[in-house]
Amino acid sequence: MQNMQVVVRRLGSARGVLSVCQWPEKHSLLRRLSAKAQSPRPILSVAPIRALVDEKFKVSVENLPPAAPVTVHSLHQSEDQDCWEAYGHYISDHRGTVSVSEDLSFGGTYSGKEPMGLLWSMRPVPGSRFGLRLRKMDVCAPMLVNISVFSGHEGFREHTPLASVVTERWHVAPGVQRVEVTIKGMRGTLFIPPGLGAFPGVLDIWGGGGGLPEYRAALLASHGYATMALENFALDDLQGKNLDLNYFEMALDKLKNHPQVISDRVGVVGLSLGAIFLLYLTAKSPTFKPQCCVSISGSNVWSSDNTLKGVYKTLFRKFDKLRLGENDSHIWQDVGLEFIHDPTNVVDMTQMLRSAGKEHLVTSVIYYDAGHLIEPPFSPHFRATAFKVRGNEQNVIMLWGGHTKPHADAQEDSWTKILTFLKQHLYSSD
Amino acid sequence: MEGKKRPVKLSVHPSRGLVDEKFTVLVQNVPPGFQLTVHALHQCEDGHSWHAFGHYTADSTGAVNVAEDLSLGGTYSGVEQMGLLWSLRPVPGSKPGLRLRKMNVQTPMEVTVSVFRGHQTEGFEDQGPLVSVVVERWYMAPGVCRIPVTEGGLTATLFLPSASGLFPGILDLWGGGGRLVEYRAALLASRGFASLALDYMTPKISLETGQMVENEYFETAFRVLQQHPQVLSSRMAIVGLSLGSSVAFQLMIYSQVIKLRCAVCISGSHVQPAGGSVKQTLDYLSRNSGNTCFNEKNELICRDLVLPIPTDPKLKADVGQLRCPLLLVVGEDDQNWAVSESAVDMKQMMEQAGNSHLLTVLSYPNAGHLIEPPYSPHTRSSNFRSSVDNSFVVLKTLWGGETVEHSRAQEDAWRKILTFFRENLYGRGSALVSNL
Repeated sequence: MQNMQVVVRRLGSARGVLSVCQWPEKHSLLRRLSAKAQSPRPILSVAPIRALVDEKFKVSVENLPPAAPVTVHSLHQSEDQDCWEAYGHYISDHRGTVSVSEDLSFGGTYSGKEPMGLLWSMRPVPGSRFGLRLRKMDVCAPMLVNISVFSGHEGFREHTPLASVVTERWHVAPGVQRVEVTIKGMRGTLFIPPGLGAFPGVLDIWGGGGGLPEYRAALLASHGYATMALENFALDDLQGKNLDLNYFEMALDKLKNHPQVISDRVGVVGLSLGAIFLLYLTAKSPTFKPQCCVSISGSNVWSSDNTLKGVYKTLFRKFDKLRLGENDSHIWQDVGLEFIHDPTNVVDMTQMLRSAGKEHLVTSVIYYDAGHLIEPPFSPHFRATAFKVRGNEQNVIMLWGGHTKPHADAQEDSWTKILTFLKQHLYSSD
Repeated sequence: MEGKKRPVKLSVHPSRGLVDEKFTVLVQNVPPGFQLTVHALHQCEDGHSWHAFGHYTADSTGAVNVAEDLSLGGTYSGVEQMGLLWSLRPVPGSKPGLRLRKMNVQTPMEVTVSVFRGHQTEGFEDQGPLVSVVVERWYMAPGVCRIPVTEGGLTATLFLPSASGLFPGILDLWGGGGRLVEYRAALLASRGFASLALDYMTPKISLETGQMVENEYFETAFRVLQQHPQVLSSRMAIVGLSLGSSVAFQLMIYSQVIKLRCAVCISGSHVQPAGGSVKQTLDYLSRNSGNTCFNEKNELICRDLVLPIPTDPKLKADVGQLRCPLLLVVGEDDQNWAVSESAVDMKQMMEQAGNSHLLTVLSYPNAGHLIEPPYSPHTRSSNFRSSVDNSFVVLKTLWGGETVEHSRAQEDAWRKILTFFRENLYGRGSALVSNL
């Protein structure tokens, strides 16, 4: 079983980082003997110790001295070998207990009563590269998070932890199958819940970053939906190739016709550019007919010539209006990718639906102070990350926006609403 | 309900649990009042199939919650959150005398939980369920390290709660059936205790020499555990079951080397040649083999081997000399050892010696001999390989216990064992006084 001893590659403030990511493997005899024979030893527990990434856990520490200042800390090494951490400062009660679910954090990377703060407030450890984003690409293996408790608040890193446990966070439930598919030369991955049965299905379309993140589809399959994650075009590609929206129609058909999918119980979820496409297709395509749609941080911007090339041109027609934000990051708000916290676009869509007599079909949820990248709950928030655009050789830093706590709340709340919405339309409807 | 029907939704939380954690099984999206069977299926390492099931009726919202709703029948009835595990039994047509034990603890036990239409009692393998999920039950928490140990001629496995940190140490001893049984030690490590599972009946050294181990073997095991860099040398304990308890009594009272903070003896007796070896204890029991008998099902009952409890002090471990807290776990329907009578005698000895404040007895009505981690299926009788006159025979042996009460005893005892270990090994080490 792999352990959590890691050595950080980039050692900005070397000593500080080393003490976080590497615990000494051997304990000297002297230290063991000097551990006072009679004093109680703290007990740290996390339950459940293995969970799906959208499940909550309870972290508690017992056997501390009463009214003791301690820091509860989380540490994770990503697939890219970067270290992420979060921590909260607590004070034990008269019984010497700290309960992260019940008690208040007095500072750290989160404060207040935050049962899941150790996950959603994670950020790269000091000395890391700038603009990192935490995404799990291999969803069949769990995310390992080391939870520890240290003595004290300020300077807690100087000590060895009082206790430490490793917890697993999974995107797939046991028995979920992963199948790679190709549609017109583009990649997709199908996740099927365990068992023989036919299931409601979901088509999951990603944003303009390209690639094929599978974690949302894996999670939806763990909730009982045969889900196909579909690669979207990188924004680059919209300019160059002669791309065909038929690709999405074929994908939806392929999913509906799968032997383990109930063809009249299939919905679509799209994020960002994926949402733009799904909204257009649902409105305009005679064959793209999902039972329901979820649009995350999307927009109904389109171009009159109905080609992807046209969409690209529309999106970038205002490119000269590009603004530079903090740290020279790009702000694309005026360009066409509306942030969800700007209600203007939602109002626009609602008006269009109202004039078509279909307003009752849509539910809009607006999260103020949330950023663009609304991911599954308890994922860390990224205000600005590296992003590839326009065939440039260099990455730019894209400002997605949002403030960490409101963004975390938005992720948790929106995921619950998405699951309830999908269940209502794909499971419970007759 | 034919034609366009709504798909049934089934969820189990957590889908990956430790074997001593509870789970919640929730069925949704069926018609209100719908009759269904929730079914569990497990294929064990020996290839045998085990199953359990409960009959339910959905409520007005079209849901069944196994933790809150009544099972109307099946392999368990009533409100039984974990009935799908503890009532597991071999499927019809299986070989008799089976016992469910996980020998490879590095992989989880996989259970398929399904929903069937109607109140079914048989033929599950012939019909397709309405829906299924897979549930994993683990003996090892993430981060627990499993380390085979051969140092000092031992056949043992060490489980550490994690690769770094300091932990109390527990020596884990099973009974006369032998083999290296790891699952309880793995679970103790998952709960924060460095634990050494020790094979003392069939270790490599005995197979090579043909000789049973002497008490030095156990002292070596204790020393190896205590001296491990991640083990706190002053926070040591023993847990034993059955013959393992007999060994534990000898070690905690007569060994000069072994110093314990506390001990747990499950289904054990102090009746044995005082200060003797395992061989001497087994020889003593063999001499009394005339006391054994068979029931109407031809199952061997051994409980009379130690009866009547001797008055001769040379034939009992002198518990009056104990200086550390002792937790005894006894099943009142134990048909293999006379544990209740032994517990009564131990209490008397300790009261006379003035150390009875160290003793806690957990006595469970209708529980049998094999008091295992919680939610383990109850084995009332099984094929047991035991030694008779220097050779091994396999006999169908009666352990005792009634399934429902035995399962409650396992759940309750484990929680109390963990609390006992936490207070004595993580706490200040004060003695416990309670007779429950």
